[in-house]
Amino acid sequence: MTVVTGVTCPVCGTFCDDIELVVKDNVITDVRNACAMGAAKFLNYSTHRNLRPLVRKNGELVEASIDEAVKRAAEILVDATYPILYGWSNTSCEAIRVGVELTEEVGGVIDNTSTVCHGPSVLSIQDVGIASCTLGQLRHRADLIFYWASNPWSAHPRHIERYTMFSEGRFQKSAWRGYLSRLGGIMSRKRLRRAANLVLRRDVFATPEVERRLPYSMFQKKRKMVVVDVRNTRTAEAADYFLQVEPNKDYELLQAFRMLIRDEELDVSEVAGVPVEILEEVADVMVGCELGILFFGVGLTMSEGKLRNVDAALNLTRDLNSHTKFLIMPMRGHFNVTGADVVFAWQTGYPYAIDFSHGYPRYNPGETSVIDILCRDEADASLIIASDPVAHFPQKAAQNLVKKPLIAIDPEVTPTTLMADVVFPSAFVGIEAHGTAYRMDHVPLPLKKIVEPPKTCLPDTEILQRILHKVRKLRREQN
Amino acid sequence: MPKLKVSLLTGRTIDQGKGKEMGKLSKEYSESVVICQMDPNDMKFLGIKESTNVKVITDFGSVVLKAVKSARVPHPKVAFIPYGPWASLIMNPRTHGTGMPSMKGIPAEIEPAPNEKVLSLHDLLGQFRKEGQP
Amino acid sequence: MDIAIKDGKIVEKVDEKKAEVVDASRMIVMPGGVDIHCHIAGAEVNSGRILRPEDHFKDVEAKTALTRSGVGYSIPSTFTTGYRYSRMGYTTVMNPSMPPLEARHTHEELDDTPMVDKATYPLLGDWWFVLEHLRDGLLEECAAHVAWMMSATKGYAIKIVNPGGLEAWGFGRNVKNLDDPVRYFNITPREILRGLCRVNKLLNMPHTIHVHTNNLGQPGNYLTTLETMKCVEDLAEEGHPAIHITHCQFSAFKGSDWGTMSSGAEEIAKYVNHHSHVTLDMGQVIFTDTTTMTADGPFQYGLYQLSGNKWVNHDVETETSAGIVPFRYKRKSAVHATQWSIALELALLIKDPWKIYMTTDHPNGGPFTAYPHIIAWLMSGVARKKTMSKISKRARRKSLLPSIARELGFYEIAIVTRAGQAKALGLKQKGHLGVGADADVAVYDINPELVDPSKKYKTARRAFKRAAYTIKGGEIVVKDGQIVRPVFGKTFWVDVKTSLPIEVNDDIKRKFREYWTVEYENYPIPDRFLHVPAPIPVKAEV
Repeated sequence: MTVVTGVTCPVCGTFCDDIELVVKDNVITDVRNACAMGAAKFLNYSTHRNLRPLVRKNGELVEASIDEAVKRAAEILVDATYPILYGWSNTSCEAIRVGVELTEEVGGVIDNTSTVCHGPSVLSIQDVGIASCTLGQLRHRADLIFYWASNPWSAHPRHIERYTMFSEGRFQKSAWRGYLSRLGGIMSRKRLRRAANLVLRRDVFATPEVERRLPYSMFQKKRKMVVVDVRNTRTAEAADYFLQVEPNKDYELLQAFRMLIRDEELDVSEVAGVPVEILEEVADVMVGCELGILFFGVGLTMSEGKLRNVDAALNLTRDLNSHTKFLIMPMRGHFNVTGADVVFAWQTGYPYAIDFSHGYPRYNPGETSVIDILCRDEADASLIIASDPVAHFPQKAAQNLVKKPLIAIDPEVTPTTLMADVVFPSAFVGIEAHGTAYRMDHVPLPLKKIVEPPKTCLPDTEILQRILHKVRKLRREQN
Repeated sequence: MPKLKVSLLTGRTIDQGKGKEMGKLSKEYSESVVICQMDPNDMKFLGIKESTNVKVITDFGSVVLKAVKSARVPHPKVAFIPYGPWASLIMNPRTHGTGMPSMKGIPAEIEPAPNEKVLSLHDLLGQFRKEGQP
Repeated sequence: MDIAIKDGKIVEKVDEKKAEVVDASRMIVMPGGVDIHCHIAGAEVNSGRILRPEDHFKDVEAKTALTRSGVGYSIPSTFTTGYRYSRMGYTTVMNPSMPPLEARHTHEELDDTPMVDKATYPLLGDWWFVLEHLRDGLLEECAAHVAWMMSATKGYAIKIVNPGGLEAWGFGRNVKNLDDPVRYFNITPREILRGLCRVNKLLNMPHTIHVHTNNLGQPGNYLTTLETMKCVEDLAEEGHPAIHITHCQFSAFKGSDWGTMSSGAEEIAKYVNHHSHVTLDMGQVIFTDTTTMTADGPFQYGLYQLSGNKWVNHDVETETSAGIVPFRYKRKSAVHATQWSIALELALLIKDPWKIYMTTDHPNGGPFTAYPHIIAWLMSGVARKKTMSKISKRARRKSLLPSIARELGFYEIAIVTRAGQAKALGLKQKGHLGVGADADVAVYDINPELVDPSKKYKTARRAFKRAAYTIKGGEIVVKDGQIVRPVFGKTFWVDVKTSLPIEVNDDIKRKFREYWTVEYENYPIPDRFLHVPAPIPVKAEV
């Protein structure tokens, strides 16, 4: 039995690197420090997986040798005139580097999951810029923390503990105690409410829709957390204040804040369902903080307004810098989606949705992004790596994707591998293969190899290199 | 039959996150994503109970899911579905030139569907037929 | 005269019957170009790429049988960066600004930058360990920690940017002058500079401390620059430089505001001409649209306020900060035109070419692809006059350039573009063509016996734009301005051997979780992470 320390967790963008794994006979038997998602991955990763390459013959996926699968995949890519190579956020930078080279070689389009996640954030950063930082800067200094349209308790479970409210910094202390007492209050209210419901058969403790004043803790000189969301979440319960915004109204709310911090009057009584008095008080807290941070989630990028919502958020934080220090950061989802953007950018100049069909990188999201290409039914083949678009793309896009030859590289069985024509079972990067990945704040960290993969499961990097090699060979033969 | 117009949200949940890491074919995963979280008052309006099947309809498709009460209320006329193959069936694919489909705040209608079944993953994928295949 | 090359080195002679012969008659042969300061890789450069698709649209490079595709202009993609340097006859390029926490990123990009040897300088002037040790007077401990950092980040030199100002910027503040203490740390920029200068000496680093001054980009800052140079005067050994002031143009402004801003080049040149402990690089401004990026967070914020352009800020915990603002230098702007003039004044007024080197602080003053233009300005009064006739009248009136007759010759150009830079960097095998040197050679198609560059500056410009041959490590990699053979370059890093490595490790390890949000074991970059690592072993005095 060995204990491996300092393991990075290949699940979400928080990319914790303090995981400890107990390994016995090439099996991970225990996980320490990880959240529920991380533990689930380390302990169960090998339950639903492909072990052998598969190639579709007469409509059925049948086992094949790796060479046969490589050949078939290369043929598909060489025959295609406009293939898309999509995924990348759950693999290593080393694999992504080969991926860009392969896409360039076949003159296709390469896109990563940013396109359906923080793609609009990138577009607005390109309009406005972004005032950001690494997460430790916030641990040491931030006294006002906003989570806007983001629910880290569910999507980035250790974010609050490691980097914000409950982390211990040089200049700011953990606000863990305040939370515990608040939580006690919430729990007892809930219990009373359940009892009242049972006895009286009516909801006597139902919270009023909007509280008209900020709680006392928001005015104290210590770390505070505000959650803005369309629905109440566990993160919202942990916050000093929860500001519930009506769906699709984030833009109005953000712009209202921009007006307020410029001392302009709002001549309405409420914005996005929130009374103006409350907004004024929150704006005062923003201006008065030592260092504020606004984390925003895909709640801004996926709802009406999309990139314009993010524009407003970026502008708000930028404006606030004339009063105090205020930073902003997107809550990136997959553990290496940031790395996918980063590698694409250093090799091509652009972070996602890159079209090589002219021989040089071209970028025009909305035209060269996968959802649009699929909805226009222009792609004539695809390679999907470490992603599951069949499950997560809107129906029309998914349908057009599976209609055409589809190559899937994935350690797991997913709806996408089930529908693919060639399937490469790969090693789990960060568990069975090493590499590099980027945390949501652009801090690069090593992915470690903890256990040996099954012999038939190669690392993504090697699978891609083999395909690239074969593609080059086939193209030389054709010429 | 009563119908309810809602604003539909999709997103992550910790169960979906855990389920995803257990495997996309695991029971945990499909159980975590075939649900539609609703405000209890909205459920009362539709005359349905916890775990009654409902049909969620948007301009882009429809899907049958299990209605469950939200733990954190109130959010009248807002329904939440975790990301997954089922939610994808009714998402808005239009990107408005941004590359990004609309996955939150989609106008939708919910109606009780106690007699309809939630599609299994197998049947759901069966809808995606390859060209030239039966 | 013949130059013999074997196994990547310059040698006495080779067997001429078997050797491949490059006919460089009627051409100029120089050592491969060396760039002491250009931002080509890492977190801030890449954020600049992501920020500016509009920068790339106008300048693309298609894939060829030998080369990768990419985009160019002010923040080229990595492959394009390597190719373009190589086409101009450059073979060694130093990336000057690396946040230690993000060192892996810098090295990943350097690995994807082909054709040139490279190295990178970690930003250490605001690192908490440095501030605390220097404040407590623990010089040797500080040196040992810096040595650890060089190895952990695979760095080459101590980079200091706006000392003290970046820590202050963590809370949105800055420092005003060399004696303005940093809040919470009770240390002044002067103490940081002096401390690290002494650390540099204790460690026997090949290069000096590499300094971006306080108050950069502000009118009146030439006084800060003079102070900065003076403050380490007593630490220098006779004849040895102790400090490199980088992109000096940005730190040579006179005046009390933008209306009265003028050149402080004369005063700085005078000081440098009388002292031997300083080297400089120009930071030439080019009239074009470019992307400014420095670790100087407060400066970049100021530039955003001044220009209203989009702004990126990236503060790095415990270590440093960074900022990016796109910027266009306009001929008709008195300030920009004065900046253009200042850098040339510095290069021409400083008599010894071994003390000042040609850079644009790429991409801050303009992209490195403009080097041939700068060479033309340096070699030709006519070229300067021509540009001068198109700039702001006010700047023209105040410029010192019309009073300067000096025109650099080819030998001096060779010094300011390679020999001097290699010497300042302590790269003994670069910047010359003596026996034992690396076989990095640039051949330019211009006949120095027939062409007078002060008149035919356009001919010179053309020649320096496209090397007739670039030879890298003994292989012909460019012919007639085209890449004929893609090669990887090496990555140099300074492997400082100290006597206390274990104690330092323990100290850093103990404080690690307190200071950073990553684990100790995930911080250092292993040697094997680099594509072609080239450690330079150095024995320290601690």
